[in-house]
Amino acid sequence: MNSLRRNVLKSAAGAGTVAVAVAAGLLKPGQALAAYPRSAYEAKSLADAMKNMGVASPADSKDIVIKAPDIAENGAVVPVEVTSGIAGTTAIAILAEKNNTPLVCDFSFKGGAQGFVSTRIKMGATSLVRALVTAGDKTYVAAKEVKVTIGGCGG
Amino acid sequence: MAEPMRIRATMQGDVADIKVLMNHPMETGQRKDAKTGQLVPAHYITTVTATLNGAPVLEAGMGGGVSRNPYLGFKVKGAKAGDKVAVNWVDNTGDKNAAEATVG
Repeated sequence: MNSLRRNVLKSAAGAGTVAVAVAAGLLKPGQALAAYPRSAYEAKSLADAMKNMGVASPADSKDIVIKAPDIAENGAVVPVEVTSGIAGTTAIAILAEKNNTPLVCDFSFKGGAQGFVSTRIKMGATSLVRALVTAGDKTYVAAKEVKVTIGGCGG
Repeated sequence: MAEPMRIRATMQGDVADIKVLMNHPMETGQRKDAKTGQLVPAHYITTVTATLNGAPVLEAGMGGGVSRNPYLGFKVKGAKAGDKVAVNWVDNTGDKNAAEATVG
């Protein structure tokens, strides 16, 4: 979060700026700034990644649909689609459990954006792909196993 | 060096289906060059933002785990044909790119 602090300090010409930033929600990570801290992206294990994301114990949810192949021949390109049926979904994060850095990407939605995202990820080995959905102040999780024939990390 | 990005936005009912294809190597920093045996330096997109008529609709964070030439699909409710979609990205080297498209 240091970069955020820098930016705020840099733009803080007057003392009022910080208050304005707070009022505008700028200082609420995960909302105005979308992304989870980079430390979450650098975490080497699922537990660390979730800890750095500030997610403690997400509840399992059947309303999250992960569309991904059962068997991915090429781990470098695994199409993943996450649809959240949970009302008020504000963010989706995708984690590949056995990757060196499990957190792959996260998305936060605003305006009319719906709880849906589709992308392509790399997977180092056969593992669970987890989708973390944030709705309100709660976090939900769903997982789907993808078998990988040829790993797409390193090489 | 930033190559163009492709955006396609189509209306499906009252929902705009937006697809973005970015050109980027997305190096994780963990891959070794086959010839030299040296690690290829990390080079990946860290942040993507999308706006509809100037209002933010999606902010994405990415790590090296996203496939090269990242594809991103999302849906925005309440958009109409003719709306402007703009997408920006920034990578870990500070490189950036932006593109715009019209919902059709």
